Amino acid sequence: MKFQDILTTAIASTFRSKLRTTLTVVAIFIGAFTLTITSAIGTGVSDYINTQVSSIGATNVMTVTKAADASSSTNTGPKKYDPKTSGATTQGRVQGPPTDTNVLTASDITKIKPISGVLTVAPSVQVSPDYIQAPGHGKYVMSLNDNAALTKADLASGRQLDNSTSASEVLLPTTYLHNVGFTSAKEAIGQSVTVGITDYAGAQHVVNATVVGVQNATLFGGGVSANTALTNKLENVQATGKPATVTSSYASATITFDSSSSPAQITALKKALADKSYSAQTVADQLGSFETVINGIVGVLDAFAIIALIAAGFGIINTLLMSVQERTREIGLMKAMGMGGGRIFTLFSLEAVFIGFLGSAIGAGVAIGIGTLISGALAGGLLSGLPGLHLLQFAPTSIATIIIVVMLIAFLAGTLPARRASRQNPIEALRYE
Amino acid sequence: MSEAVLETKDLHKSYGKGSNRFDALKGVTLSIGRGESLAIVGKSGSGKSTLMHLLALLDRPTSGEILLNGDDAARLKGRILNTTRNHTFGFVFQQFFLVPNTSVLDNVMLPLKIAGIGSRARKIQAMEALDALDMSDKAKSNATDLSGGQKQRVVIARALVNEPSVIFADEPTGNLDSATGAVVEDILLDLKKDRGITLVLVTHDADLAARCDRSIFVKDGLILEQELSA
Repeated sequence: MKFQDILTTAIASTFRSKLRTTLTVVAIFIGAFTLTITSAIGTGVSDYINTQVSSIGATNVMTVTKAADASSSTNTGPKKYDPKTSGATTQGRVQGPPTDTNVLTASDITKIKPISGVLTVAPSVQVSPDYIQAPGHGKYVMSLNDNAALTKADLASGRQLDNSTSASEVLLPTTYLHNVGFTSAKEAIGQSVTVGITDYAGAQHVVNATVVGVQNATLFGGGVSANTALTNKLENVQATGKPATVTSSYASATITFDSSSSPAQITALKKALADKSYSAQTVADQLGSFETVINGIVGVLDAFAIIALIAAGFGIINTLLMSVQERTREIGLMKAMGMGGGRIFTLFSLEAVFIGFLGSAIGAGVAIGIGTLISGALAGGLLSGLPGLHLLQFAPTSIATIIIVVMLIAFLAGTLPARRASRQNPIEALRYE
Repeated sequence: MSEAVLETKDLHKSYGKGSNRFDALKGVTLSIGRGESLAIVGKSGSGKSTLMHLLALLDRPTSGEILLNGDDAARLKGRILNTTRNHTFGFVFQQFFLVPNTSVLDNVMLPLKIAGIGSRARKIQAMEALDALDMSDKAKSNATDLSGGQKQRVVIARALVNEPSVIFADEPTGNLDSATGAVVEDILLDLKKDRGITLVLVTHDADLAARCDRSIFVKDGLILEQELSA
């Protein structure tokens, strides 16, 4: 028997008992559908994160913070009190009021600077403006993105911030446009806005800035981004009236390193910082931890889908065993007519594989259809705050992989019934009532 | 009579072991000539079906020899055995064994499909076989929807389609009323007469046996007597 004939016979056989085939296909459909959706979520999220990382473009930047105090470790409980290193003595050594040990001070910055590999180090200045106002419109509460000067924005319109100019520049997020008083992103470009800020003594000041671009909201917050010139101006205004005895402290500092550094060099730099009890994270690290969580969730969903598919595999075994039983005489007849056991095995295996193909192809197809609709609806609704995020993305390779894996599971499930069929004795089979 | 198509020498066949041992055949020596029609007659349990299965190379004897066209059939194995059976034998069964819910044409084409003949050629051959049995108008019908007599004609067409040298018929009229049974008998015996196909017919019907060239009567695994028809 030619392979093509075996294949067409196998396909024809699956359609001979329609209800049974349909039920088995439904079982596989559920597994394949779930697997397609979860893999699409995985693809969608990691694709979004990759776009974010590459759009930020600041691959040679690390955020440095004081490493968390070991005394607050949750796993091992509080550590033993030691008068030399523990809190009370530290406070005694430093003159003045107790300081928060988890912030960076000017002395930390000078300690970080000489570490090999660090090109520049800049403390992240905490600037807290009060409001933003466009001419002729009301005042709106404004939040400022940290480190905006160092990163590259995902622009909806306009251009990136210029950090070398002395002119004050801002990037508005798309979500601010309507309230502040602009009808479109294009219209906002080149307009001047005023930023209100309160100084140390409680007096409010106003700083002018020009809108140079509009950016899509990102995972890093949907606030306004300011260039270096504006940040410095705001910082100076904010510090007006600050007593000289109060030392500046920073939640974090940003360091830059050679952008051609290899991953090993980056790791070495992190280690050097960790040795001085600073923790450092690149942008990719920060996003990576986010991605790890998503991957974990997707992995659990995948596991459920695989369990569903394995259950469906037993469905295939059952269906085909019934089919072999029902077609005992047919098998006996084919054997009497000179069809070899190997061909019989192939025939029943192909039936299993075809059932697997039907279930997975229909499952993947429906998943793509429904997923595209849901993804579109989400992007326009619930997830509209994150432009560019298409929660479900169907990669052809992963869909092909799913279909092939399901067909493989179906083949494995089919081997048991197929083996039984191929070993049938034609005489016994023909006598079977 | 011409040379023998099938020959057996002291054929023994037993099933089971020890105290459960059952000897179905206890030494059968037989020669079937080319173009002959032979009836194997016996009651159920006599060993006639076992003998037919051994002759059709569906089973192997416990001891003794089967010669097909003068060659030892024990030497045929695996694929060669399958091909030999496919090319040399045709089968007609009492219970028809048509594949349900497939067309008459597909059923008749089955041996050719197994032989690996291309779809165009096998359709032509199958239609010829159906034509010979006046069943070509039913080619597209579902095999399950036919009457008993029509089913047996389809089965004969299927047995005929690969132009075998021997057709084995196991109680071919057992499931048919006497009128249709008689028609089927005529068809089978005409095949033998017109095409020179050897016919091995297993039956318990003495009247049908009498229409064959030769009858052998089997009882308790032995040939009791042979009888040449007039």
